Amino acid sequence: MKTTPRVFITVFLILISFVVLFPIIMVFINSFKGSLFISNAPFSMPVFEGNAASYVGLDNYFTGVKKINFFSAFGYSLWITVASVAGILIVSSMLAWYITRVKNKLNSIIYYCLVFSMIVPFQMVMFTVSKMANILHLDNPIGIIVIYIGFGCGMSTFMFAGFIKSIPLAMEEAAMIDGATPPQIFWHVIFPMLKSQAITIGILEIMWVWNDYLLPYLTIGTEYKTIPIAIQYLRGGYGAVDWGAMMAMLVLAMLPVIIFYMICQKHIIRGVLAGAVKG
Amino acid sequence: MEKTLKKYFALFALPGVICFLLAFLIPMFMGVFLSFCEFRNLADVEWVGIKNYISAFTIDKNYTHALWFTVKFTVVTVISINVLSFSLALLLTKGLKGTNIFRTIFFMPNLIGGIVLGWIWQVIINGVLLNYGQTIVSDPKYGFWGLVILMNWQNVGYMMVIYIAAIQNIPTDMLEAAEIDGAGYFRTLFQIKIPAVMPSITICLFMTLTNGFKLFDQNLALTAGAPAKQTEMLALNIYNTFYGRIGFEGVGQAKAVMFTIMVAVIALLQLRLTRSKEIEH
Repeated sequence: MKTTPRVFITVFLILISFVVLFPIIMVFINSFKGSLFISNAPFSMPVFEGNAASYVGLDNYFTGVKKINFFSAFGYSLWITVASVAGILIVSSMLAWYITRVKNKLNSIIYYCLVFSMIVPFQMVMFTVSKMANILHLDNPIGIIVIYIGFGCGMSTFMFAGFIKSIPLAMEEAAMIDGATPPQIFWHVIFPMLKSQAITIGILEIMWVWNDYLLPYLTIGTEYKTIPIAIQYLRGGYGAVDWGAMMAMLVLAMLPVIIFYMICQKHIIRGVLAGAVKG
Repeated sequence: MEKTLKKYFALFALPGVICFLLAFLIPMFMGVFLSFCEFRNLADVEWVGIKNYISAFTIDKNYTHALWFTVKFTVVTVISINVLSFSLALLLTKGLKGTNIFRTIFFMPNLIGGIVLGWIWQVIINGVLLNYGQTIVSDPKYGFWGLVILMNWQNVGYMMVIYIAAIQNIPTDMLEAAEIDGAGYFRTLFQIKIPAVMPSITICLFMTLTNGFKLFDQNLALTAGAPAKQTEMLALNIYNTFYGRIGFEGVGQAKAVMFTIMVAVIALLQLRLTRSKEIEH
């Protein structure tokens, strides 16, 4: 009696899984087909022989990689993500510790400004930030790290602060009595305790920075292209798209994300749950 | 402790504060100021009062259209994403075999960036519409529903993960008591499960609402506003006002200020609304 609905539910979930995976699989299959066959028959499998042969092997990958300079884009994306997230974690954990432990007006103003920044959409500041980056010479792969730290520190300081509040003061005070200076206390007592928080926050920030389009596009996009910018550049001037190269590049863009997901799945899911609590 | 630490402002707080000032706070105030000015770059700024705010609605109908399009889109996606993700969460908390694999699969699309997603769905939707001799830009309703499907595909897994965690946290004795009292499936669902996960519903509603309202990348990659700006959402409209033609930067900034106020008001309202509901139960 009870097994019938169970089987039914499982079959249903398998169907949904197929629906969820279908777009990814489809892009993968199409990346081996000629451009014309992608736009004319996107749902058919590649044909290997005969007049209607649509299989082009890795051609799309070669043209795509060359066209948008994929490996340079990958390099910029990787560098910006790693450096920004590391910067955000260090800077915001220090800031969070300071503003939770030192209670004064200035610190609570800083705190509320940071919380406020979490709800402001990027369009509000996109023009002024890009001008600012230009004036201060932050419009390069190193300067953009400063901008990312500034943007990312709102959420991460908020999340770190929430956790630090729950750490009893006694440990820090004991360390202080033993003659430790605040930097020593921070690095040897506090920071090790923030480790799992840092992983969680780091994952949320990685997902944001890696996929971010508009910020890098407006600040460094004309000279240094990250993966999303490079992909968007495949759209030609008048809407002409090289669909073959596009499919191949979409596969290459998704690949690192999927690998990252396979490795850090547990942390990612935990990050999502922790990130949700902030609301 | 506090006294000693206080002296270390420059070491602990200053780096973050400087980055925050440069990347957010100063640009934010400059933005508010510039929304009352006419400018093309920061060297040539002229105060014009609230003219930009009026122009936002009078130069063309695009901003109002984008506003309605965004509102409609947000209403549809908030409902569909939450209903779908909650239903899936219910199915995945029945202790079936393979639950973890399904969860892993359903969550995956969320990690893929908006630009990549937009292009993926453009191919699929165009492929389907090909049978009717249409493309996604032939009619604004294709773009609208395309965006809705895309958004669901991306967000359902994410919200589902949050709902699963919430449902798993419902105390089992509460559910057992209901069963003993002879409560049916729907009664348990509406009178025990849903009230118990209300805080998560608050969070998910809030997140889907702001996600929908702030959508940009997906909009840009899927339709870029075509046909004739009919599928342009607020964020894209602001972007196009800034960079689409020269001389409208002030109007764009005024639109951005109004956009920010809308997002902030919605965020606060929604939070208050659902929070008060939690107390009632």
